[in-house]
Amino acid sequence: MSLSPHHAVIAPLLVPLITGILLVLLRGSATPLRRTLSMLGVQVLFGASLILLLRVQHDGILAYHLGDWPAPFGIVLVADRLSAMMVLLTSLLAVFAMMHAIQGSDRRGRQFHVLFQFQLFGLNGAFLTGDLFNLFVFFEVLLIASYGLLLHGLGAERSRAGLHYVVVNLVGSGLFLIAVGTLYGVLGTLNMADLSQRVTDLPAHSLELVRAAALLLCLVFALKAALVPLHLWLPGAYAAATPAAAALFAVMTKVGAYAILRVYTLIFGSTAGTLAGLVDAWLLALGLITIVVGTLGALASQRLARLVAYLVVVSAGTLLTAFGIGSIPAVTAGLYYALHSTLVAAALFLLTANVAHTRGPFGDQLLPGPMLPAANLLGGLFLVLAVAVVGLPPLSGFLGKVMILKASLASPWMPWVLGVVLTTSLLALAALTRAGTTLFFKTDPEAGTAILPSSADLVPVIALAAGSLLLVGYAGPLYDYVQATAEQLIYPAGYIAAVLGQATAVTSP
Amino acid sequence: MEALIAMAVGLLTSCGVYLLLRARTFPVVLGLTLFSYAVNLFLFAMGRLTIGAPAILDPSRQSYADPLPQALVLTAIVIGFGMTAFVVVLALRARSDLGNDHVDGRET
Repeated sequence: MSLSPHHAVIAPLLVPLITGILLVLLRGSATPLRRTLSMLGVQVLFGASLILLLRVQHDGILAYHLGDWPAPFGIVLVADRLSAMMVLLTSLLAVFAMMHAIQGSDRRGRQFHVLFQFQLFGLNGAFLTGDLFNLFVFFEVLLIASYGLLLHGLGAERSRAGLHYVVVNLVGSGLFLIAVGTLYGVLGTLNMADLSQRVTDLPAHSLELVRAAALLLCLVFALKAALVPLHLWLPGAYAAATPAAAALFAVMTKVGAYAILRVYTLIFGSTAGTLAGLVDAWLLALGLITIVVGTLGALASQRLARLVAYLVVVSAGTLLTAFGIGSIPAVTAGLYYALHSTLVAAALFLLTANVAHTRGPFGDQLLPGPMLPAANLLGGLFLVLAVAVVGLPPLSGFLGKVMILKASLASPWMPWVLGVVLTTSLLALAALTRAGTTLFFKTDPEAGTAILPSSADLVPVIALAAGSLLLVGYAGPLYDYVQATAEQLIYPAGYIAAVLGQATAVTSP
Repeated sequence: MEALIAMAVGLLTSCGVYLLLRARTFPVVLGLTLFSYAVNLFLFAMGRLTIGAPAILDPSRQSYADPLPQALVLTAIVIGFGMTAFVVVLALRARSDLGNDHVDGRET
């Protein structure tokens, strides 16, 4: 008996699920054992994601029918270039977040590793699922794990931020179900490929219902992606979370952006007739406002973690602006920017943890504190990451923003996109400069002594910063990959054929 | 029956939203619960309302009840139940950590 190559599609779900279950069973055992198992699970997941990506690149879109029930009746997992890329990004991030967590922060609560693995299970499931209801289920899996991770370590600040986060997301889940129910009630299916075919020839009387459901879905995804005015939950929650959890959360806003991209290219994409391009203008306008609001938040932040959280809001806005333009170059640019912004935001959260640890009681507050013994190293890393996140040459943020701006030249919104992105980049630079000079130059001799950062703590930060360099070094092949991804998204015929064709059919795009 | 179900969904939603916007955690939890009842009822009704029809296709019968929304709503109820339990515990935790039951943790 040989394993079908299609099993590569479900491997990124099974690895964290099994690891998570084993960790539940081993909860009484010694910490080193649980850490080793959890780390091993994350590394195997990374390998499995890499295999999936190579296979998707080689064989085209893979559809995995659970229990061999034919689509659209059974549950289907689909790995196209976008899913494979997001799964790989998530597992890469997980490796570095786990490297940070096993330095000690995982011991502040009992179930950190279990929650971490289930969070990965939910994230990968959301990226791989082929139907809307399972998207809801995986959203719930990743959310309930993230509630636990957010509260990991406890404390008043986390309880307050956690309560807001949980209530907002529960309302979002309710709205998601209403949208899913409406779509099912009108169209009679929830498989995304099948939905995509059914919206093409809608009778006039059901058009408005489907439009309402589509906009409601967009609202839910915009909530996850932290689009203004639904971004208010993010800064508090991310700034309060344990750094390892916050680093993994850097990919969570991308889940919302992913869902928007998936649903509004596949179901309500170019083939959807009157419903095509339903949300593009909304995304563009709100994306630009998100960039402005996020940047102002970053300028006003009194703590480094909060500043970084606002930069996550900015990156979500930039991403959705690119998706809102909607052309192939714009989506290509957006995908490249998504890779960059996730890695750099995670690195900044982990660096913030190191700085806060070093400064002792001053934490990450932007006040003059003790002189840092490793100011050159920490400050140097901060400089590199700040350059990357703002988008100055030569790092990946620059390439990403240039690609987005170039793609916007063909859009009627060009002056707005150029003006907002360039002005806010300058303001973000000002915010980061203020933070950097306060933390590393303005020292207060009365403030006591700082602790040396441990080198093991800095390894994941350096590795993620190097990831930004690699994104530049390998920009050529990466660009080809994301461009092929964007083409696969804009022309969804290959996806539909892969899902609804023969169970074993492998269709090249 | 359709009008009755629609009114029930509307009433539950409006009560739920009203309670959600209160400033104390207990009404917020109640509001979430009412809202999730409304959502479940809505989801259930999306399979069309039928009485006395089997949930399988039977050539000898005219009508059947769509089993899929029933399966979906079951999943949604289970998830909603778990989430409600979690938010209750979280609200209690916030009450003990912050010293009051205001959603922002401060008396105004």
